[in-house]
Amino acid sequence: MSIKADAKVVLEVKDLKTYFKTDAGIVKAVDGVSFTVREGETIGIVGESGSGKSVTNLSLMRLIPSPPGKIVGGEVLFEGKDILKLSEREMRSIRGNNISMIFQDPMTSLNPFLKISTQMVETICLHNKDVSKKEALKRSIEMLKLVGIPSAEKRIQNYPHQFSGGMRQRVMIAMALSCNAQVLVADEPTTALDVTIQAQILELIDKLSTKMGAAVILITHDLGVVAGMCDQVCVMYAGRIVEKAGTEELYARPSHPYTEGLIKSVPRMDTTKKGNRLFSIDGQPPNVIDLPPCCPFHPRCHKALPVCKGAYPPIKNLGNNHEVACWLYCSEEEQTQALNTAKESAQ
Amino acid sequence: MNETRKPLLQVKDLKQHFPITSGALLQRQVGAIRAVDGISFDVYPGETLGIVGESGCGKSTTVRSISQLYKPTSGSVIFNSVDLVKADKRTMLKARRDIQMIFQDPYASLDPRMTVRSIIAEPMVIYNNRRLLEKPMSSLDIERRVEELMERVGLNKAFKNRYPHEFSGGQRQRIGIARALALNPKIILADEPVSALDVSIQSQILNLLGDLQKEFGLTYLFIAHDLAVIQHISTRVAVMYLGKIVEISEAVDLYDNPLHPYTTALLSAAPIPDPKVERERKRIILSGDVPSPDKERTGCYFYDRCPKKMPWCSCHIPPMFSKGPKHQVACWLYDEKDYSNISLEQAQAST
Repeated sequence: MSIKADAKVVLEVKDLKTYFKTDAGIVKAVDGVSFTVREGETIGIVGESGSGKSVTNLSLMRLIPSPPGKIVGGEVLFEGKDILKLSEREMRSIRGNNISMIFQDPMTSLNPFLKISTQMVETICLHNKDVSKKEALKRSIEMLKLVGIPSAEKRIQNYPHQFSGGMRQRVMIAMALSCNAQVLVADEPTTALDVTIQAQILELIDKLSTKMGAAVILITHDLGVVAGMCDQVCVMYAGRIVEKAGTEELYARPSHPYTEGLIKSVPRMDTTKKGNRLFSIDGQPPNVIDLPPCCPFHPRCHKALPVCKGAYPPIKNLGNNHEVACWLYCSEEEQTQALNTAKESAQ
Repeated sequence: MNETRKPLLQVKDLKQHFPITSGALLQRQVGAIRAVDGISFDVYPGETLGIVGESGCGKSTTVRSISQLYKPTSGSVIFNSVDLVKADKRTMLKARRDIQMIFQDPYASLDPRMTVRSIIAEPMVIYNNRRLLEKPMSSLDIERRVEELMERVGLNKAFKNRYPHEFSGGQRQRIGIARALALNPKIILADEPVSALDVSIQSQILNLLGDLQKEFGLTYLFIAHDLAVIQHISTRVAVMYLGKIVEISEAVDLYDNPLHPYTTALLSAAPIPDPKVERERKRIILSGDVPSPDKERTGCYFYDRCPKKMPWCSCHIPPMFSKGPKHQVACWLYDEKDYSNISLEQAQAST
């Protein structure tokens, strides 16, 4: 798997900002995120809880509850169109048809009162007005067979609680793919599942997305899942992308101290020797309310420079499509200049 | 582990069945969930025994039965030569002072209306009031001990009057650990202590647990579903499936040389955070889900999903076979006799 640099760009996110207004202040959940998704590519978004992974993707689908949330800036270009400017009606035709989503918890994202058949037929009929209910049911059964649900004809008449966790996630995948979406957003699709089931579901997502030519945005906190699935990885911290690179490049040369710490702090089955202390990043992830204009990682960083407290680092390209937002990769002139501007604005 | 040493905790044929009842008034028992269905193992002082398995395999029930939070259906739990299942309440309480638990969810396991001080002091206050401590503790002693514990687990002692909601997940888990340490236990039963935490916090807690073990000579019974975490922390590992232990061995041996088909599949399914290794690895993908533990089984518990099943396995429960000095596996493939040629009829006839 390599980055398909020549493939068509399906989705382009430019400087996306989503803020939430709370009593305590403005929460900058997503603060200037940019990435590109190409046809047939799997892009991974990794980060800890609260880093803004899910909000980024809910923003793409325009599913941010408003108020309190608001997309305050940026563009999301889907096939050249800015979907943030579309009307709610136009947006609805994009959701499901073009961009589709798999949620983390398959129990709460299916309606427990409705049969699987009702829910699937509803999805298909809503998006393709000219499909009859009978055809939609036939299509749903085909989709369930495709995701590997045994005796799909009978099982489609069941309710969600009659399925196990893994089976429910399969139903969700079947629903998400039933309208031939070009982009599939999978928000922690396997976090609630066991390892053996996780392996089944990941293989399924990989197989089906290749078959249907869909691009996948995979949100996860599991670095192992990313290593196996993704072509490109974005590492998020406190609402920003701190590092972006091809998967192999990122694991071979993690450049941001946060990425480095993250990779080192996970015990590995193949190399970690027992008894050694694990590398650990001290401290807690920051509160994203009213962050000062500095690198949000500097209090926990083991390589922090004086400039890190003063200003947010610019994004540097290290070559090979490897981008990192860290002062370590900036020249001294840039650092002193940034420090001076920070001092001036403080006075 | 030195085999001549006396085990600190012995679990023998422990069974924990939960009744399924039906009927509004008469509550007839119509079946049982066999959460733990006959497991035996020993835990030696100073070691860490890791228990891995998927959800529903009975890991948590095992530790809860050991600490007598559930009354086991049958079997025995021998701790320091006292059988906790048969002991009277006072003896049991006294023995249980040395068995403490750390729970999975740091949000649900701390009382939101208690301050950190009262949470950590609670075990000492209770045992003091019941007069089960060797030396009675004054309230000043307890106060000092709370501060000492908070500092040891890495919490600022100035926070002792705060409530749990003011802390992050990792800090709450530290509160839980301080509470577990309060009575100087010999063994700590840790039920998925890091699975609710973020990666960077997870490594902090794992390091803390390792340090505490060295410092106080603690023994851990450590549950996790993350195989890499288990490998990192354990001396020995037991793999559970559907209420049974399918394989138990030294950690190094288990990861280098897994024998049971379930262990092999589990290890190959766990992702490794390295794209090169991960993409070249061969993965055994098990079909199907874990079956419901509500019926009595006559064959191997793993039969339905096993990639190497033989007709013999469908009607004979495998005993533990010893493979190597400290490696035991419950699978017919490892018996001296070869069962692969036996047809289903012959196998059924021999039951």
